[in-house]
Amino acid sequence: MNKKPIIVEIRNLCKTYQRGSQLIPVLQDIDLDIDEGEFLALMGPSGSGKTTLLNLVAGIDKADYGSIRIGGVEITALAETELAAWRANNVGFIFQFYNLIPVLTAFENVELPLLLTGLSKGERRTHVETALRVVNLADRMDHYPGELSGGQQQRVAIARAVVTDPTILVADEPTGDLDRDSANDVLELMERLVHELGKTIIMVTHDPRAAHKAHQIKHLDKGVLNAHPQADF
Amino acid sequence: MHILKLIFKNSFRHKLRTFLTILGVTVAILAFGLLRTVVSAWYAGVEASSATRLVTRNAVSLVFPLPLSYKEKIRQIEGVKGVSYGTWFGGIYIDEKNFFANYSMEPRTYLAMYPEIIIPDDQWNVFLRDRKGAAAGKKLAERFGWKIGDVITLKGTIFPGNWDFVLDAIYKGRDDTVDETAFFFHWDYLNETLKKAGRSWTDKVGWFLIEIEDPDIAAEVSLRIDKNFKNSLAETLTETEKAFQLSFISMTEAIVIAIRLVSFVIIFIIMAVVANTMAMTARERIGEYAIFKTLGFRSFHIAGLILGESLFVTMLGAVLGILLTFPAAALFGKELSQYFPIFNVERETIVLDIIAALVVAFVAALFPAWRAIHIRIADGLRRVG
Repeated sequence: MNKKPIIVEIRNLCKTYQRGSQLIPVLQDIDLDIDEGEFLALMGPSGSGKTTLLNLVAGIDKADYGSIRIGGVEITALAETELAAWRANNVGFIFQFYNLIPVLTAFENVELPLLLTGLSKGERRTHVETALRVVNLADRMDHYPGELSGGQQQRVAIARAVVTDPTILVADEPTGDLDRDSANDVLELMERLVHELGKTIIMVTHDPRAAHKAHQIKHLDKGVLNAHPQADF
Repeated sequence: MHILKLIFKNSFRHKLRTFLTILGVTVAILAFGLLRTVVSAWYAGVEASSATRLVTRNAVSLVFPLPLSYKEKIRQIEGVKGVSYGTWFGGIYIDEKNFFANYSMEPRTYLAMYPEIIIPDDQWNVFLRDRKGAAAGKKLAERFGWKIGDVITLKGTIFPGNWDFVLDAIYKGRDDTVDETAFFFHWDYLNETLKKAGRSWTDKVGWFLIEIEDPDIAAEVSLRIDKNFKNSLAETLTETEKAFQLSFISMTEAIVIAIRLVSFVIIFIIMAVVANTMAMTARERIGEYAIFKTLGFRSFHIAGLILGESLFVTMLGAVLGILLTFPAAALFGKELSQYFPIFNVERETIVLDIIAALVVAFVAALFPAWRAIHIRIADGLRRVG
């Protein structure tokens, strides 16, 4: 079997936060490779740097040192505006609290990232309807987030994340605010995205059940990354 | 889904707050518009002045007369096209609170210089023939319910006694910048009556009104006239009609400045109110702006959302305020017609209203937009949930 190409390549990544006069190292000399189509879970105690690493990979935070290459692009070298354009095309975000815009319908929320593309209204509609069909919410496209359950909202968020067909999906505690059944639905959906659509997912989670859906689990502790091989993938 | 739709939906997320902000802007723009109209009304006489009309009065003060004999001497001065004259009467109609401008003048020559005053031919002919005849502006006649043929009695203050006039004409203005609240009558009637009573103002006038051939020679002609009467018993002071009107306003300049200041204070206050609303709005939505930025929206998109909302709310209030200014000004104008004969909402006032609203919207959005643009995405996302 051919080895899949590396889509995320992290080298010597360091990040420090300043609290008052004190410098707190959050990530220390991280090296990490993620293959295309891989589903990676990042685990670790609170404050271990999981979300910081995810934010750096997603291009919404800046590293102090080191390199992050995604799909061949060195994102640490990108300026703020270039980074915004890169995010729009290459990263899909799934958050713990869904982060949908409450005054927009499910359709409009999913359409949001497409507004930054040159697609026509009709093309946008096709993409949005396809994405909502993938998450089984085509019949709820005119509903506002407040009219949907937590699980449904998270599925809308996933549709928003995949609608631009991004290079990677980053998920920060995607099941953290869901009941068991809804969490299972969301995790199954994420598995489908990997298996059927070949998406690459990096997921931060505290939930071992969620982590076990991943191909690979990495543990972060005090900013240091340790491999935790997943059995039987 | 368009950004404009999102701006519209965002604007009404807190309906009560938006309603109160719009109401605040409406009241502020209404107050601003009315105060600016008061200032315009103050200068209405100045604005209505013609550049080809000069006024010659006694150099000491307007309360001192000039001999009628100056008329012919003035007429002979180079650049003078026509001369007329008038005398302030200052009569009271029934009660002092019924104040209106009333003066005597020589109608043929005087009104020839005021083409903006329109009197129907039949009324004009009667007025010219009737020594005791008088003409009143349309608004003044309406105010007191006067009709053609009514006898109007004014109680003299400068010239004591009860003076009866027959209302022979009611004039209209050529446009809405013309004062329609004045009352005038024949100078001859005043003069003859004073003569009979042996009073000191006989054959004297309060001012000469002079028409010149070219507005560019106003200063030269004024100098020539005043030079002509230098070292006489009644030296003259000649100025343009505009300067003459301004000399009255300068006495009340402090009030006008105060009104102007108050109008800008109102705008400043509403700016603070809208800025407060926008600051609250932006603070509540910092998480959402972080989401937009996460999705790849740029700083100008975020600034556009905030500025758009500020503009929408402010302009909605401003449009309502402007629309209300017209009926409010009409009501004010009617109630205060004795103080402000012309009380029209000028185009300049509307432009100022719009500029003020735009400035308010822009300034109010400035800090919230700056804050939303500069917040780190990771920090903004922590505010969600």
